[in-house]
Amino acid sequence: MDLKLKIWRQAGPDAEGKFVHYPVHNISKDASFLEMMDILNEELVANGEEPVAFDHDCREGICGMCSLYINGHPHGPDDSITTCQLHMRKFKDGETIVIEPWRAKPFPIIKDLMVDRTAFDEIIQAGGYVSINTGGVPDANAIPIKKENADLAMDAAACIGCGACVAACKNASAMLFVSAKVSQFALLPQGRVEAKRRVENMVAKMDELGFGNCTNTYACEAECPKDISIANIARMNREFLMAKIC
Amino acid sequence: MSVMYSSITKKIWMSLMGLFLMIFLVVHLGINLLLLFDPTRELFNEVAHFMGTNPVIQMFQWVLFAGFVIHMFLGVVLQIQNWIARPKGYKVKASSEESVFSRYMIHTGIIIFVFLIIHFANFFFKAKVFHSIPEFVLDGTPTGMEDMGILVMKLFELPEYVIGYIIALLVLGFHLDHAFQSAFQSLGINHRKYTPFIKGFGHFYTIVITAGYIIIPLFIYFSK
Repeated sequence: MDLKLKIWRQAGPDAEGKFVHYPVHNISKDASFLEMMDILNEELVANGEEPVAFDHDCREGICGMCSLYINGHPHGPDDSITTCQLHMRKFKDGETIVIEPWRAKPFPIIKDLMVDRTAFDEIIQAGGYVSINTGGVPDANAIPIKKENADLAMDAAACIGCGACVAACKNASAMLFVSAKVSQFALLPQGRVEAKRRVENMVAKMDELGFGNCTNTYACEAECPKDISIANIARMNREFLMAKIC
Repeated sequence: MSVMYSSITKKIWMSLMGLFLMIFLVVHLGINLLLLFDPTRELFNEVAHFMGTNPVIQMFQWVLFAGFVIHMFLGVVLQIQNWIARPKGYKVKASSEESVFSRYMIHTGIIIFVFLIIHFANFFFKAKVFHSIPEFVLDGTPTGMEDMGILVMKLFELPEYVIGYIIALLVLGFHLDHAFQSAFQSLGINHRKYTPFIKGFGHFYTIVITAGYIIIPLFIYFSK
């Protein structure tokens, strides 16, 4: 496959960025998207040019490190996958592919396509945990948990914190991420102990960091590589409302 | 209800006020439709007179004003925060949103606000501030009530007003179609059994309200 890439290049956080055109040739349709980027970077290095900086780590869709806003979609045109799981067969020969970084005020650009997602870590630090005293390991079956709740908690916990929800949302809202983290604990008895404090602190941190407000467009759910449901957002709204009232 | 309040608090108030305004739309439509069922305008004027003089309704009028003001103010604050949250946009615009109308809530909201000002100037201010509405005379007998009906009939005989009104109501319909289910989601009401019903009922509500209001000027214009 021959492709025309239009990639956002930005030397540093404060540098002026611009789109640069790169043609790439002889790309296998079985190559992954990141392999295609690697091929481009090898060519750039061979020509003495600066390679394109982009985030990646496990390359098997579980670490949440890869990003890229490809042709108007976070993680590209395919459903329920991360960029590292995207294959070039999803594109047509000769196609122009526009690659942009996640755009949100709380996700500042470090370089080219890499953004700083520390904001998500700060939200987790504000309450995305359960406090457990050290001691003997409790019996796993000692606390009865409804199968439905266990499933919903597990579904919410599938969130890898990649930030695609923020990237997809027209308001750069982090509600899907925060609600998944609130839900995975709120659904389980161990998480109920700190539920009130957790939702209040995590929402306050999310607002403080400058994420936008949710307007229920549901673009986050449509683009989430882990299919996190917007039912989690409703659950967080409920949790928040009850925390404020009670 | 300023920027200090959390995003979710603002959203909850936004949705509560929105739902309140949606109930008001039903009541308002019910009264307007009386014009179609009673050509003498007696029924419509009686209800209009009751609404304009009843002390409980008069008190509720202020609650309604507050509802409008809070809903609009929060809408603007939320939108400004949302614009600030993404200082630089994408080159390729996203196309993944489920509902097209959800992207244009601030735009449809502003159009509805402009319509509301015109609507107030045409009806509310004439009745409440300028007292420039003629007395309703039924079979040659003055009734002591204002003839709100004739005001509506005369306006809806003007084609430009009818067209403008229909456009404004269609925009309101676009706003409502997203707003109805969105209000429930903001209040935390999302259930796999009931949410499909809420969404379906939201579309039904929107069609009934929009079509209901639009029928009135069309009926008056074409039967003049």
